[in-house]
Amino acid sequence: MQPNGCIMCRVMDAAFKALADESRRKLLDQLHKSSGQTLGELCAHLDMTRQAVTKHLLLLEDANLVAVVWRGREKLHYLNPVPIFEISERWIDKYERHRLQALGDLKKGLEKNKNNKPNKKG
Amino acid sequence: MQKPKLVYTTYIRSTPKDVWAAITKPEFTRQYWGEMTNVGDWKKGSKWEHHNPQGEVWITGKVLESTPPKRLVLSWADPDDLKDKSRVTFEIVAMEDMTCLTVTHGSFKDGSTMVKKVSGGWPRVLSSMKTFLETGKGLNIFCK
Repeated sequence: MQPNGCIMCRVMDAAFKALADESRRKLLDQLHKSSGQTLGELCAHLDMTRQAVTKHLLLLEDANLVAVVWRGREKLHYLNPVPIFEISERWIDKYERHRLQALGDLKKGLEKNKNNKPNKKG
Repeated sequence: MQKPKLVYTTYIRSTPKDVWAAITKPEFTRQYWGEMTNVGDWKKGSKWEHHNPQGEVWITGKVLESTPPKRLVLSWADPDDLKDKSRVTFEIVAMEDMTCLTVTHGSFKDGSTMVKKVSGGWPRVLSSMKTFLETGKGLNIFCK
């Protein structure tokens, strides 16, 4: 175990906390569709108040899941997949990945045929 | 400033000097960047190249800015398609006992095929660099 308060643990904790919320996952989905959006652009695509989006974005920034670039006075938000890759690296063995990919593809394929759209329940 | 297309950040328990070395020294890149190497003298205006283990040039470009160990800006192109040029910026900032590395890849030409080629790769490379710097061993980044 790492000592309490170690920054690396805080980063990992923050990533899981940030991901454990449907609204924040929707925000990440939105950034996955188009990275580098401003707060205004994000609000236009989401059914959330500006305050809620701001709050969620800050949490995602703290978790390093969203990277920020300032262009003049404009704050652009980018999906930063590095921590998610680290999570998968930590628990998904490189030899398992092949089989998991195959299972994932199978699930996606079957659900697509059935509903003609991705399963929202995940 | 044009809006960058891809931005990646990682926090590494290391020093800016070591992060700079990990990016610029072939003996280090080879250990975490899927045996690829970055070759150059990293002086402004110089040419740099990204080689595969056979020494073939995969990416080529110029050093546009170089402030060791803080900031490195490179132009980036496939040698077979030099017109499809883009720009990569490495920003290295010390934070407590860690170093924050931000990689920005942008200035892509319209219709560039490079975005697709690199967007899956950067998170792997950065994650592997982090593991390499923290443990001395990189990840097998080209496994599927």
